[in-house]
Amino acid sequence: MRTAFIEELTAQARINPAIFLVVGDLGYSVIEPFAAEFPDRFLNAGVAEQNMAGLAAGLASEGFHVFTYSIANFPTLRCLEQIRNDICYHNLPVTSVAVGAGLAYGNLGYSHHAVQDIAIFRTLPNLRLLSPADPGEARGAVQWLSANPCPSYLRLGKAGEKHLYSSPPLSPNPVVVQQGNPDVALVATGSVLSIALDAAALESAAGRPAPTVFSMPWLNPASTATTAALRSFKHVICLEEHIREGGLREMLASLLPRSIRVSGLALPSDATVAVGSQNFLRAAAGLTATHAQQLILSRDDDA
Amino acid sequence: MVRPLMIPSTDLAAGIRHHALRMVSAANASHIGGVLSMADTLAVLYSGILKVFPDQPDHPDRDRFILSKGHCCAGVYAALALRGFFPLSELDSYGMDGSRLMTHISHKVPGVEFSTGSLGHGLPFALGKALAARRKGLPWRSFALLSDGELDEGSNWEAILLAPQHQLDNLVLIIDYNKIQSLGAVSEVIELEPLRAKLEAFRWAVREVDGHNHAELHAALSSLPFSKGQPSCLITHTTKGKGVDYMENQIAWHYRAPNADLLAKALAQLEQNPS
Ligand SMILES: Cc1ncc(C[n+]2csc(CCOP(=O)(O)OP(=O)(O)O)c2C)c(N)n1
Repeated sequence: MRTAFIEELTAQARINPAIFLVVGDLGYSVIEPFAAEFPDRFLNAGVAEQNMAGLAAGLASEGFHVFTYSIANFPTLRCLEQIRNDICYHNLPVTSVAVGAGLAYGNLGYSHHAVQDIAIFRTLPNLRLLSPADPGEARGAVQWLSANPCPSYLRLGKAGEKHLYSSPPLSPNPVVVQQGNPDVALVATGSVLSIALDAAALESAAGRPAPTVFSMPWLNPASTATTAALRSFKHVICLEEHIREGGLREMLASLLPRSIRVSGLALPSDATVAVGSQNFLRAAAGLTATHAQQLILSRDDDA
Repeated sequence: MVRPLMIPSTDLAAGIRHHALRMVSAANASHIGGVLSMADTLAVLYSGILKVFPDQPDHPDRDRFILSKGHCCAGVYAALALRGFFPLSELDSYGMDGSRLMTHISHKVPGVEFSTGSLGHGLPFALGKALAARRKGLPWRSFALLSDGELDEGSNWEAILLAPQHQLDNLVLIIDYNKIQSLGAVSEVIELEPLRAKLEAFRWAVREVDGHNHAELHAALSSLPFSKGQPSCLITHTTKGKGVDYMENQIAWHYRAPNADLLAKALAQLEQNPS
């Protein structure tokens, strides 16, 4: 996903002279082509994320659309107050880009797990929170941002995510990835969309109607209007690589009518102490296609 | 509206002190001590050093001035009103319900670039502006005025490290070195000395002045950048509460607002000893 991001950013920078990339001494073997092609619109701010976010706001106040780039919690939580005050309050076009959503940096340990970011960024004023599922959605997000510069957070996976579907241009609405059962929706944000598609396939293979699968790359701002496509379902099942508190499921539960059952799979809020790859840690947390299947079949929210 | 094109800096300083004292008293607001310590610096900046356009606050050619010690905004609001950015009468609304003059500096006020209030945000932002000017080949300069206690914040030192790397000689850091922070003397909380040597070691061009001596302030601020290819830092040695005897060097006046009697006494002193 990071390759798709940088390729699309480079393509946009060719047609959009406002685009400026600031990195926090990260992006080896990713950002070099951009830096080489646009030396006047590139800066390595060093390992100093508060200054990176603050100076990005300063650049943005003079007409640049700045993308700050780092991994996991470094471009976000480390400089949250700069994002809140300098960027969001002043409504300046800075996109904070974090590579390594959720457990993507699994065995690097808890410091590198970005699992509270959705909850936190949903609360910030003026901010668009974008969480693409695959390289196509990541490109769509960059295209949208280039056309609509604004305070924003782009929550990217890492590398090697598969192309999952051909996504339409980004919009605030959930996107139907695969039509299915009109009563049961499986809604994913981020790369766990692949788990939703696997669960749907398992259901089909078992001879049952597969749920309708949605992707939600746009998480904030959200409203009853942006989530209207989900109102016709009886059961909405959320998949997110994020702790349950403040994430996708809590968001949809607050926006959808109470008559709709909203359940889902998320990460436990306790700090992960296990060592393991993304897949290992997902499985340990029950964030798998078979657990999603159990929810599809269950009548109890907390199955 | 007919406005004086330029006000002598001593008159501007007296006006800033007068209005800020009135505003803080009426609003029962804090932080007058740090307003009075930087009043002379502000006055020199806004009487000819900063390129400003009161009728067109966002004029693209203006110098950018960022108050990082945002709790001392009463002084900047007074300077801006005295220079004609908005009517003087609006100063009476400082801190009042429905006013735009909130008691930490607000970018909604004409002439204000950036809202602060959380210490340690102004210099990184000013650095971003200086970098934008550099990359676009524009001649204006970017100033950030910081307090001494604020230098405890690591974010400032991140910016202090980065600016020389990019030879940002259009960036000016002014330190209001009044030697007092919230709970005590700077030397007792976190000693900054040797401050000049620290900044020079970080590759800044540094000068020091008596921050209440207009001739010294003017001479230094007229010779920017202090060294070609290096960011400039002006350390202004000041007295917290300067100009009001019962406030000078008293921590209490970081917090207290003068009541009517004390205000009258303070204004009388200003009349007698204009800076
Ligand atoms: C990040 C942050 N921490 C704490 C405060 C509360 N605070 C306001 S002023 C101040 C220190 C006052 O001393 P100094 O910074 O030297 O300001 P001055 O003496 O010039 O008024 C503090 C701790 C704040 N505004 N921001």
